[in-house]
Amino acid sequence: MKMRTLAALIASTFVFAACSQPQPAPSDSAKTASAPAQTVAVDNTPAADLPVIDAVMTYAPEAPPPVNRDHAARVKVKIEVAEKVMKIADGVEYKFWTFGGQVPGQMIRVREGDIVDVEFANRSDSTVPHNIDFHAATGPGGGAEASFTAPGHVSNFSFKALQPGLYIYHCATAPVGMHIANGMYGLILVEPKEGLPKVDREYYVVQGDFYTKGKYGEAGLQPFDMEKAIKEQPDYVVFNGSVGSIAGENALKANVGETVRLFVGNGGPNLVSSFHVIGEIFDKVYVEGGDLINKNVQTTLVPAGGAAIVEMKIDVPGTYNLVDHSIFRTFNKGALGQIKAEGAEDKDIFSGKITEGVYQSEGGAIQTAPLTASETAKVEAGTPKAGSKEERVKAGEVVYKANCLACHGVEGKGVEGAFPPLAESDYLNADHKRGIQAVVKGLSGEITVNGKKYNSVMPALSLNDEEVANVLTYVLNTFGNKGGEVKPEDVAAARK
Amino acid sequence: MKLHSYLFAAVLFSGCLNVGAAGMAKIEGGSYRPLYLKKDTPLIPVKSFQLDKTPITNAEFSRFVQKHPQWQRGKVGVRHAEAQYLSHWVKQGNAYVPKAADANKPVVNVSWFAAHAYCVAQGKRLPTIDEWEYVGQASALQKNGTNEASYNRTILDWYADGGRSGLRDVGKGKANFYGVHDMHGMIWEWTEDFNSSLLNGGSNSDLYCGGGSNNATDPSNYVAFMRFGIRTSLKAPFVLKNLGFRCAK
Repeated sequence: MKMRTLAALIASTFVFAACSQPQPAPSDSAKTASAPAQTVAVDNTPAADLPVIDAVMTYAPEAPPPVNRDHAARVKVKIEVAEKVMKIADGVEYKFWTFGGQVPGQMIRVREGDIVDVEFANRSDSTVPHNIDFHAATGPGGGAEASFTAPGHVSNFSFKALQPGLYIYHCATAPVGMHIANGMYGLILVEPKEGLPKVDREYYVVQGDFYTKGKYGEAGLQPFDMEKAIKEQPDYVVFNGSVGSIAGENALKANVGETVRLFVGNGGPNLVSSFHVIGEIFDKVYVEGGDLINKNVQTTLVPAGGAAIVEMKIDVPGTYNLVDHSIFRTFNKGALGQIKAEGAEDKDIFSGKITEGVYQSEGGAIQTAPLTASETAKVEAGTPKAGSKEERVKAGEVVYKANCLACHGVEGKGVEGAFPPLAESDYLNADHKRGIQAVVKGLSGEITVNGKKYNSVMPALSLNDEEVANVLTYVLNTFGNKGGEVKPEDVAAARK
Repeated sequence: MKLHSYLFAAVLFSGCLNVGAAGMAKIEGGSYRPLYLKKDTPLIPVKSFQLDKTPITNAEFSRFVQKHPQWQRGKVGVRHAEAQYLSHWVKQGNAYVPKAADANKPVVNVSWFAAHAYCVAQGKRLPTIDEWEYVGQASALQKNGTNEASYNRTILDWYADGGRSGLRDVGKGKANFYGVHDMHGMIWEWTEDFNSSLLNGGSNSDLYCGGGSNNATDPSNYVAFMRFGIRTSLKAPFVLKNLGFRCAK
């Protein structure tokens, strides 16, 4: 038999020299006041004599419970690879390659110093061999070669969890990109010996990018598109394997006053996540899943093939959106999750919802508004100058319908308790300047209109002087108001 | 092999020569560049040979098993085939036969040893990796169709499809340049030297690194990588639901 030697394609021995060194003790900043004071037993038990336990593994978004041990153990982890068709979005299916039948694979939680015994099975109905690379392992390929398994076979190997942290595991069989793109990734948490500080809730979230022949939302079973993957142009960017996996009815739950810890991973294969929770500030971030703790963080980067632990105390009730703040991924590719928090309001911290308007959901479609040449010329010419009060009223109607109608209504009646009426409005008719101020600078706080109190917020509108003059003139001359005209120079004066 | 098997093989050989040759395509020698060689390395030469136009079917393998009962399911030792050997066949009397519906589908769940024995019994052999890959490069139109978008698309679509289409009767699809069918899109196939694609890059097999520096933007590398991937994951006694073979000479 010929022996072939392949030319090295990538030197992939990323084994740090530091890996074999004993770890320095974590700095004091890594130990919070809330950490339970524990005496950590020194482990000198030979590997063969360690107690053997089964790993508690959970499917996303559940995280396994804390290890709660003061000694090392041999932890048995069973992973079965299955290639299966599942939903990636409503009406859209995809042939996922999975660890354990779901994307992401199950979360594993062990303790620093544990020996992880991996039993790696590849179902007989798989088309290709698979393997697993644990970023938590130190050794060639993170176990990739040791676990390389043909369909219908099973492999065993073990590694020692030398260093604490939150680590990705993923498939590393050629072509690696394709295996990862099909959903083969998950997280393993190696707790430091003293454990992590106690929190009220923990969840498991992994972002991934997917590449399909069809566009976002195109129905049916969508095959993997290698070319898009190489160009790094995903159709889907999702949390936990599908659009809506942790949103709406599947939203993560929490109560006011609780501290929520998210174990966030990014399987990639390509994108780096700008992980953010709308309406929350991360009290603590274990940067990149390591020892470094950053505090009061709005958005944290999660590299492809990396992770982060984020913690936030929920102060007020409501829905908090988990997003990749590379924001088109959220609104057009599916990267949206939710935490729904219940409990008592605290108006000092957040006043709560005061106004409500019509919101046109963006959906996944690309939104463009092509202009004709004449329209473009109009845009460049700016707002046409109204020659008379009649023209001003006519032009103002257009502005009103585009900007005011949603809150104040077709007939200018507003909404009682929320949006003051513009129809027969004593507030407006008494002093036109108040109307100008409200439009150009916004208006908040308590006002009385036609004998009724309103305490809400009107945002300032970015209209030019001509448009403000037109819309106010329109309002003054419709809805049973007392007439009059506002001129652009009045608006300009009010802006000063 | 025992002496009578030799005699038997010789008789069989003379008897099947024309039939066998009729079912084989003449492959004119040439050279090719495997996926793992850089663009400026010399090509690997491939001598002229013949290759079966279709993978071996259940019916063909069943006839072989009747003549060589030591290859019947249940008779083969674990060193030569895993327990799942021919597990898709059904019991008939005191033997196992393929289901009627599977007669013209490629035989799968066969080990390297069984495939090798079959080819030897026909006076043939298993193709080498180089021979298989050389023919596998052909599209419907040319000897090397790896630069045709449709060639790569077909193969990638099959891999993306993940075997959902299942097995079909052999020879139904479009033949390639040489008149050979089903090289892609249905099953993996044993090669004589499958276990010599030892990817020896020091402590790490380069195979685990994907189509790294070698023009990785060429998707044809990916499809070839998948074949090398499956080959390196195999051991000779293994049997897989999607692994069959064809013979060469």
